[in-house]
Amino acid sequence: MTGTFTPAPGSAPLAKQVAAQARMEARLMIRNGEQLLLAVVIPVIVLIGGVVGANHVGFDFDQSAIDTFTPGVLALAVMSTAFTSLAIATGFERRYGVIKRLGASPLPRAGLLAGKVGALLLVEVLQVIVIGAVALTMGWSPELSPAALAATAAAILLGTAAFASLGLFVAGVLRAEATLAAANLIYLLLMAGGAVVLPVSEYGGAKVVLDHLPSGALGEAMRNALIHGEFSGGYLAVLAIWAAVGTILTARTFKWE
Amino acid sequence: MRYGDKVAVDALDLTVERNTITAVLGPNGAGKTTTLETCEGYRRPHAGSVRVLGMDPIRQRSALIPRIGVMLQGQGAWSGARALEMLTHIAKLHANPLDVDMLADRIGLHDCGRTPYRRLSGGQQQRLGLAMAVVGRPEVVFVDEPTAGMDPLARRSTWELLGELRDDGVTVVLTTHYMDEAERLADRIHIIDQGRMIASGTPLELTRGGTATIRLVVTKPFPEGAPENLQRALGDQVEVRPISEISLLITGPADHTTLATVAAWCETQGVLPESLNLGQRNLEDVFLEITGRELES
Repeated sequence: MTGTFTPAPGSAPLAKQVAAQARMEARLMIRNGEQLLLAVVIPVIVLIGGVVGANHVGFDFDQSAIDTFTPGVLALAVMSTAFTSLAIATGFERRYGVIKRLGASPLPRAGLLAGKVGALLLVEVLQVIVIGAVALTMGWSPELSPAALAATAAAILLGTAAFASLGLFVAGVLRAEATLAAANLIYLLLMAGGAVVLPVSEYGGAKVVLDHLPSGALGEAMRNALIHGEFSGGYLAVLAIWAAVGTILTARTFKWE
Repeated sequence: MRYGDKVAVDALDLTVERNTITAVLGPNGAGKTTTLETCEGYRRPHAGSVRVLGMDPIRQRSALIPRIGVMLQGQGAWSGARALEMLTHIAKLHANPLDVDMLADRIGLHDCGRTPYRRLSGGQQQRLGLAMAVVGRPEVVFVDEPTAGMDPLARRSTWELLGELRDDGVTVVLTTHYMDEAERLADRIHIIDQGRMIASGTPLELTRGGTATIRLVVTKPFPEGAPENLQRALGDQVEVRPISEISLLITGPADHTTLATVAAWCETQGVLPESLNLGQRNLEDVFLEITGRELES
């Protein structure tokens, strides 16, 4: 019996499934206007505004304004994608039954998670290219030694892990609309007061707290990497601890439907 | 299977044969979706056991899932994903998927292939849901209310497709509250109500029994005691069952005597027939006979 619909069931190889899932999610993220605003437009505005403002007001950094701001804006971009975009997208996936539907497909839960991480990294690569290009035209001269690049990659990966686990936690415990509001609010608060874009040293007495927030830790790790070419073990450890806390919270509370 | 204190599905004993279309028929809230989702591994039964292709849908989920196709009742796609993009994505997760273009043609998705999911009509979303259920070439497909929200043309082509799936060796399990859908499509029908199976058989077995029916609808409510009067006048051979205050179902030999008695009764009660339908009993009558309620309200 060989008709059109004759059964021939089976799963695609897991790596193929994960790649398909990552590409699909990245495509949807980039296509979505609000998410693109968060991912690229706001960081670029912050970069240009920050540099122009700093030169105008006469901020006194150890480095030029563009060299100080760019690593922080890249950190902001990572935060927007790994935390805000991921939380909002996952919240609505739960609401619209996408995760339920994928639960009836061969893609296992671990594959879905891997696909999400892959999508985040794809979008982050695009963000680094766009923001880096804008910064370079504004005279950015980053430290590009192998150590600096390795330290940058470590900061981005650990920062992504920390913020993504926290984003999934928010998406898992709140309804879709509440996730949307909370993820944007937290993003705004951390952007303004979380030492992402501005160095921790600019915040005076709040330094102790900010040093231990994922936002401050990611910002500082990026600045140390791209300005001085240095690994910042302490800040990377803070990010790793946040990633562990976020993962435990998510594992305890997240419901796929 | 229960939600809180409410027992949704209780003591349901149901076996589906391979290579058939099985319909689970019942009114809204009867427990159809709960039954299906228990087979799909979404819900854990509080008591009893479920086996699909010989496997436990929860404990052997990863082995079972690739072999079944699932059509959920509504939603199940990213709101920004285009129809064909979504179908292609699901296809990529399978080892030997159907050709997406062929399937989209068959199911009538090509005219809306580039439309984002949120802008598809209800019927188009249903068709995409069905396409996603069959694209992986499953052995068993579970479809939940496949034609809800479809226009008559799309309904008919969905029926054809489900028939073709069966002919090609796929086992189809569907839920529906449309009795015509079950009667036309299914090899076997299980009627459930309030979580319990109330009747089961082939469409012929269920509607057989030789008894003809007369459905009588009158223009104003019957006087008190009128149905009982009619029952007395017709005798034991015939059963009179009030459906509402203006309608009756009369089951038994619908011969001249019965009709004349009914007409005379209308005259003495001072009611005028609005419609008087004669026919073999259908699934709706079966449901009504067993539960005393109408299937579709």
